[in-house]
Amino acid sequence: MSYQLPKFRHPDLPVNDLGYTKADYEGAISTLCAGCGHDSISGAIVRSCHELSIEPHKIAKLSGIGCSSKSPTYFLGQSHGFNSVHGRMPSVVTGAALANRDLLYLGVSGDGDTASIGMGQFAHAVRRNLNMVYIVMNNGCYGLTKGQDSATADEGSASKKGDPSLWGAIDLCATALQMGATFVARSFSGDKEQLVPLIKAAISHRGFALLDVVSPCVTFNNNPESTKSYEFVREHAEATGTVDFVPLRKEITTDYKPGTAQEVTMHDGSSLHLYKVDESLNPFDRRSALNTIEDHREAGSILTGLIYIDEDSRDLHDLMETSQRPLNELDESDLCPGNKMLQNINASLR
Amino acid sequence: MGLDLCHTNRFAALDLSAPNNNRNSVLLRVAEVNPTDIENPEYFHKVVDCQYACPAHTPVPEYIRLIAAQRYTDAYMINWRSNVFPGILGRTCDRPCEPACRRVRVEEEPVAICRLKRVAADNKGAIEDRLPDIPTQKNGKRIALIGAGPASLTVARDLAPLGYIIDIFDNQFAGGGMMRSQIPAFRLPIKVLDEEVSYILQRGVNATFDVEVDSLKSVLDKNYDAVFVGTGAPRGKGLNLPGLEDAMDNVHLGIDWLSSVAFEHTESIGKRVLVLGGGNTAMDCCRTSKRLGGEDVRVVVRSPFEDMKASPWEKEDAMHEGIPIYNNHVPKEFVVEDGKLVGMHFEKVEAQYDEDGKRSLVPTGEDLVFMEADDVLMAIGQENAFPWIERDLGIEFDKWDMPVINEVTFQSTNEKVFFGGDAAFGPENIITAVAHGHQAAVSIDLFCNGEDVTQRPAPGVTLSSQKMGVHEWSYDNAIETDQRYVVPLAPLEESLSDRKMEVELGFDPATGYKEAERCLNCDVQTVFEETRCIECDACVDICPTDCITFTENGEEEELRTRLAAPAGNLAQDLYVSETLPTKRVMVKDENVCLHCGLCAERCPTTAWDMQKFLYNVTQAGQPV
Repeated sequence: MSYQLPKFRHPDLPVNDLGYTKADYEGAISTLCAGCGHDSISGAIVRSCHELSIEPHKIAKLSGIGCSSKSPTYFLGQSHGFNSVHGRMPSVVTGAALANRDLLYLGVSGDGDTASIGMGQFAHAVRRNLNMVYIVMNNGCYGLTKGQDSATADEGSASKKGDPSLWGAIDLCATALQMGATFVARSFSGDKEQLVPLIKAAISHRGFALLDVVSPCVTFNNNPESTKSYEFVREHAEATGTVDFVPLRKEITTDYKPGTAQEVTMHDGSSLHLYKVDESLNPFDRRSALNTIEDHREAGSILTGLIYIDEDSRDLHDLMETSQRPLNELDESDLCPGNKMLQNINASLR
Repeated sequence: MGLDLCHTNRFAALDLSAPNNNRNSVLLRVAEVNPTDIENPEYFHKVVDCQYACPAHTPVPEYIRLIAAQRYTDAYMINWRSNVFPGILGRTCDRPCEPACRRVRVEEEPVAICRLKRVAADNKGAIEDRLPDIPTQKNGKRIALIGAGPASLTVARDLAPLGYIIDIFDNQFAGGGMMRSQIPAFRLPIKVLDEEVSYILQRGVNATFDVEVDSLKSVLDKNYDAVFVGTGAPRGKGLNLPGLEDAMDNVHLGIDWLSSVAFEHTESIGKRVLVLGGGNTAMDCCRTSKRLGGEDVRVVVRSPFEDMKASPWEKEDAMHEGIPIYNNHVPKEFVVEDGKLVGMHFEKVEAQYDEDGKRSLVPTGEDLVFMEADDVLMAIGQENAFPWIERDLGIEFDKWDMPVINEVTFQSTNEKVFFGGDAAFGPENIITAVAHGHQAAVSIDLFCNGEDVTQRPAPGVTLSSQKMGVHEWSYDNAIETDQRYVVPLAPLEESLSDRKMEVELGFDPATGYKEAERCLNCDVQTVFEETRCIECDACVDICPTDCITFTENGEEEELRTRLAAPAGNLAQDLYVSETLPTKRVMVKDENVCLHCGLCAERCPTTAWDMQKFLYNVTQAGQPV
């Protein structure tokens, strides 16, 4: 018997611009249930960070409590990590981001951690446009405590041992839009072709990027009566379109029919190519995004893909005009500029 | 629930305008890879690289696990059944299995398969009660075996338990053939050889030694039901260079000289010895010379060092004993003074390769090199010789004067006469001779029963799940990163002073265990059942070597380019499933699969299972 990850890797693994292979972005072996959607999301994060050539020490992964929040152990083993208090991850990110604006903040949360105990924190982090990627591993149940319905369980959906939910689900994408989110997308753990470009786009976005990822709980909520099962999601997901993420400095070698794609230039200079399928959605218009979500909810389908993006997003640092240099790099002479500077300030106030 | 995906998510968006998805070729639907037929025993056989590479197809991982479990006798018997001479081969095999070992694709060195075989042989208990019974009531069929080397002994071993009356004839004083005459005792102790030969010859076989069969006709005239020729490649090649005539007394053919040493007709050699040739016989000659009084022993070879035919470890062993190897030296003449050999002249060359990679040795133009010598051993190759086979017996000979033999049945154009070992297709090695012997025995048995020899029995194959519980397999699936262990050697001085002292000491059981744990258990197969798969990607995410991809089917060449990791080793197959509900297929590149079982552990629906694939080449008389 053994349950350990072998050390050998594929000898021909591609290396990224930093000379790292995907293996350099892996974490410890997962202890989640076999087939858990969260592991696929972890895999997608590993792939995205590797392909974007992000230095592992420039990433901080933070989480709350729950199955989802265990998962940062299973990816980016060489990055910073903080497993915080239930529902309080946004506060910890806020503090960390203020102290060091240079890191990429990757928040991982679940539907309980976000839509129940952490709802208040979530709403305010969105509202402040905190510069972070916020991934919700959304399985509609509390897997860690034996699968009770969570606040994102759809009305009428039942888990393996449960009765149909009496209440409507909190739609985190709609909530985030209401709170002023500048990047909102939904995806499915079982569809990496869609998920990976969305994670990359979220990483490149300046401001709060919400990725609500439906992630089936194979143990408690993958039964035919559940709307968060692999089969149901596959059958009912409807994509807004496909997204190609083109990193900065990468030549675009693929060709596409002009007029079918919309290009979005991201803050860091990379670009998104959107291939729209759903003509009713204008992903640059909040009202359109909210309407489309509502339309799909009524139709009983799950809207996935990029739902809304504000290209001109101004994040918390922009709004507060904080120091361009991270606080943790400011030394005594920066922080105590001396008597002369004090006199100048005083003079300016007279 | 029927899944109609046409209207759903990204598949709807799969139009030609979507770039960056490598899907153009999919849309063309050129020629998709057919789902893998794992019912075909050769599919999984090929995944067990060591076993597949072995001419006798010994189930290597199976016996390595038994060694790890300290079940040495069981491990020995698996070998004995398959390769007949585990103790001998555990010391002398050419080891085609080791370069094939999957381990060399993820790290430097293969599992020391050959030396593990020896661990089984060294530590086994008594095996006599496990050997097949020899019926006292014979079946009435008489078989003559000419030569008592590995091929003939294998035929005897396979046919004796079936009740055949077997007569073996050999020109040496005891059985073993070239294993006795050409492999020096410091590599293969006589005790080991005698033991394994006796398991055959002392069990219902009539052996006649010290007899030279000089006419095949005379054998056929004795009305044998079948005759097997396993006479090896007994003739050493010589070099007819200027001066040879006068130097003759001190110039010897390598294999003849080795057998003369083995049979104790030769007990010494001059102080300065030149060994010509770069094969394993040359290595045996130089190391034997060193033990018989040679002080300045040199190997001189025409080719570059890397191109020498000798196994790398045999070259290492020779150099370890202080024997220099001079490469790129072409022998030109024997130098004789006062009627006695004093040395040889060599021309220095360098290897040049043309566009097709064909090598030519071009003289460098330097002066001839003179090397002193009291004796010269020529080990530049050996060949077959059949002067004793009359050419009117219906046995066709080709333009190289070799008998025309069917490569599958080993039958000659005289249906009663079968060939095997070096006698069949020229010099190879022991394990190849054993493989020939098994197949020839199958043919002889079919032939004697009036059946068609071309209807070969299928291999015996079983596939059984190794799952014992959650996270629990009946094989040790942890992957050890230990480097290959080095076999300890006897002290150099001692071994050089005693021709019969074995140089290699073999692994002790503790080291044998650690070496055995390096085996990746490539016979425990990843078996995929698509009807159970929910496409959750768990296997894809956990696989440490990125073997698994779920993607659209396509033409193999193109499909290989869009897997999770490049699948550039075309010798290794892709395992492709039937089409899944999302219209994709599961593609697994077998190339660097560690057989760690994590795909099966992470699979929530047991669509993956780890199943042991045991493949046994069917031998004579076994149920088809």
